[in-house]
Formats: sequence, C-alpha cells, structure tokens
Amino acid sequence: MIATARAVAWRNLHNFFSNLALVLPAVIFPLFFFTAFAGGLSRISSVPGFDFPPGYTAFQFVFVLCQSAAFGGIFTGFSVARDFESGFARRLFLAAPRREAIVLGYVLAALVRAMFTIGLITVVALVVGMQVDGSAIDIFGLYGLALLLNVAAILFAAGVAMRLRTMQAGPAMQMPVFLTLFLAPVYVPLDLLSGWIEAVASVNPATALLEAGRSLISGRPEHVALAFAVGFGLIALFTVWAQRSLRSAERAGA
Amino acid sequence: MSGAARIQVAAVARRSIVRTMRQPAMIIPAVFFPLLLLAVNAGGLDSATKIPGFPSGSYLTFALAIPFMQGALFAAMSTGTNVANDIETGFLSRLSLTPLRRTWLLVGQLSGVLVLGVVQAITFLAVGLVAGADLEAGAAGALVILALSLLISLGFGSLGAAMALRTGSGEAVQGLFPLLFVTLFLSSMALPRNLIETDWFRVVATWNPVSYLLEGVRSLLIEGWDLHALLAGFGCAAAIAALALAAAASALRTRMART
Repeated sequence: MIATARAVAWRNLHNFFSNLALVLPAVIFPLFFFTAFAGGLSRISSVPGFDFPPGYTAFQFVFVLCQSAAFGGIFTGFSVARDFESGFARRLFLAAPRREAIVLGYVLAALVRAMFTIGLITVVALVVGMQVDGSAIDIFGLYGLALLLNVAAILFAAGVAMRLRTMQAGPAMQMPVFLTLFLAPVYVPLDLLSGWIEAVASVNPATALLEAGRSLISGRPEHVALAFAVGFGLIALFTVWAQRSLRSAERAGA
Repeated sequence: MSGAARIQVAAVARRSIVRTMRQPAMIIPAVFFPLLLLAVNAGGLDSATKIPGFPSGSYLTFALAIPFMQGALFAAMSTGTNVANDIETGFLSRLSLTPLRRTWLLVGQLSGVLVLGVVQAITFLAVGLVAGADLEAGAAGALVILALSLLISLGFGSLGAAMALRTGSGEAVQGLFPLLFVTLFLSSMALPRNLIETDWFRVVATWNPVSYLLEGVRSLLIEGWDLHALLAGFGCAAAIAALALAAAASALRTRMART
C-alpha cells in the first residue's frame, strides 16, 4: 500500500514541479491575495473594535495560509480529474493491489504541494515585516491546522473528481471551498461582522480554523481544541466521501 | 458606412451575439460571480465604513462599482475565447477568403461582448439597488453608468480579442486572465485611494487606470455628479478601448496576412 501511494505521489509531484504552468498559479495566487489584502486593506485595522496586536499583515497571513492550503488540495484534485479523463486512472486501478493507496498517494502529493506554497508565503510574509507574537509551539499548531485543511480539501476534491471523472468538474471542486472560505471572517474578526454574513460565519467550520489560527499567531491561543476537532472532523467526513467516490469510480470501470 | 459594410458588420455581429448568448457557461459566470463577490465583500467589509473619512455609510454602495469591472474582465475572456476558437477551428481562415473587410470583422466580433455588457450592467445595477445601494445621481446617472460600463466592456473585450489574435490559442487567453485580475486587485477596489495606508500600494493604485474606472462609476453612486471623476473614468476607458482596438486591429492584420 505504501509503495503504491509513494509512486502515485511521486508521479503527481514530478508532474507538478516540472510544469511551470502548474507551479506558477499555485504560488502567485496566494501571494497576490496576500499582497492585495494585507497591503490594500491594512487601514481596516483602525476600525473601532479591531484588536489584533501583531497587526493586519499577520491577520491576513492566517487567511492566506488556510486558503493556499485548501487550494493546494483542490489543485491536486484537478490532477485526479485529469488522470481519469486521460484514462491513466484506469491503468492505475488495474495495477494497484489496494486502490485506497491511490487516494493516499494524491493526499501525500497535496501535502507536499501545500508545504511548498506555505513555505514560500511564510518567507515573503516575514520579509515584508510580518509580526509573529506566538511561540514556536503556537506556530506549529497554526501550520498543523492549515495542513488538516489541506487534507480535507484534497479528499473532498478527489471525491468529486472520482465521481465526475472529467476536468469539467473543476468548478464543482473550487466553488464550495472558495465560498466556505470567503463566508468566514476574512477581513475582520467575527465580532465585527454584522447581518447575514455574521450568521453564516458563526456556523461556518472555516471560522473556527481561522479564528484559532489567528489566536495562535498572536500568542493568545483560543478555541484551538475546537479548531483541531473541526479539522479532524472534516477529514473523517471527506474520507468517507472519497471512499464512496472510489467505489463509484470502480463500478463505472474508471 | 456603406450598404455592403452594413451587411458585413450585421452578419458577423449577429453571429457574435447569438454565439455569446447561446453559451450559458459564458453568461452565468460573467453575471453570477461578480454578484457573489459583491455579496461576500459587502458583508465582510461593512465595518470599513467606520474608518474616519470613508466616503459612504454603506459598503454595498461603495462596492457596487466592482462588479462592473469584474464583468468587463469576464467579457475580455469571453471575446478572447470566441476569437481564439474561430482561429483554432479555421473559421477566420475561411473568412479571409471572403471580401469581408478586417475592420468590420473586428467590429462585428465585439458586438457579442457589448450585448453581454448591457446585460451585465443592467443586472448589477438592478440587484445593487434592490439590495439597498444608493444611486445619488438618479436615473440619468444610471444611464451614464451604463454608457461607461459599455465603454469599459468594449476596451476589455478588444483586449481579449487582441490577445486571442496575437496568440491564436484559447488556452493562452485563459492563462492571461489572472494578469487582468491583478490590475483590479491593485486598484482602489476595496478602499478609496486616500485611505490606503501602505505607500507602495497607494502609488500603484494611483497609476492604475482601473482605479479611475471604478471611481467614475462610484462617483455616480455615492456623490452624484462629480465631473472630475467622470472625465477621468471616461478618459481612461476611452484610452484603453482605443489602445486595445489598435492592438487588435494590428494583430488581425498580421493574422490575416499569415492565413
């Protein structure tokens, strides 16, 4: 099982890192969001009631970190869809003794891709002077949350890809994740939101991850256990989803 | 325009309009996504109105200008993809065998994007007003917004056509989409320029013509009739349209010569 997963992951990572058309969007988009949000909206920190001592750059860094982790999973989901569309997945299904290992391989690839992007964003954020008040353990927790989100996202996207088995499934993978992330407290903390968006953000699982991540980078951890529970819960949910989708692909003969 | 020219433009324009309107995959994202982002941003950034000096008490009103720009970016992709498709399928090569003049071909090809621009502008304005946005300039202001929006769509549509004619590939046109989006994000999209705190960002936003397009639409919504903002908005839109049309015409000349 491990050998199969490793082979699938290696192939995916080789394809990713040897193709600039795949690497550049994965890197440029998060940097671009970081620049636009942290640079263009920094005045938001002067809104009455906005209290985040490390500053607006760190506040937005956590969102961009979670976003790039989630989209690292989604972009890997595109690779799964491409493998099905091109017929490569059919050959993989024939060759793999345990087909769950194929999904595990994609998850490993998504994790490496996310770590690459997250590392780059962190370097850029530190270069532009982001203030980090949290301890090493806090920051470790923050990256842990981001990687949990990455695994949940690839399991969701792989599930969609294995059910629809076409690149046309791209929007069905992207849109729910995009909406979930942007319906969380992106620009200001939850208590500064009002109206319908506050109601939606209050029940949005991404809110728990974002708020806990921000508390970790500011060195004042809050609701971290809840965030990890949400992260593991999403992974459990989407593992079942991915497994059922795998069976669906098997029944369809990939 | 001579009778023959009218017939040529009408034939290409009709095809362009019908083709655009028959593709829900082109219309729905171009109308739906900007409205979705408007809803999310208007909710999420409402507290920005508490920043001293913010020009409006409603972030929805402030943000209503953004869908017009996003719609124009989608229009650029729509035109670019259609033109690239004509090149890839050999339709443009077949057209080059007919007496159709290049200028009329370009005008006709842009008709689809102009119709899409009208649909977008009316929808964005109607949804915005129903949701509670203000329109200080009144009904006449709505007509001016429609005119500015059409000029913006023409400019970005021509840019999409120029890209397609230069590259000849729909995939290449799609790949250029993020570059266009960057110009929107590095503008006064989310906050007025005088409230942008980061110096380099404010400088980029000040040099970015997209800021003036947004501020032109925004002035009619928030302030009423601000001649300076309107002149800057229409001036930038006209300049973009003229440059993009010239680029598209030049690329078409090269493309037709090749075929």
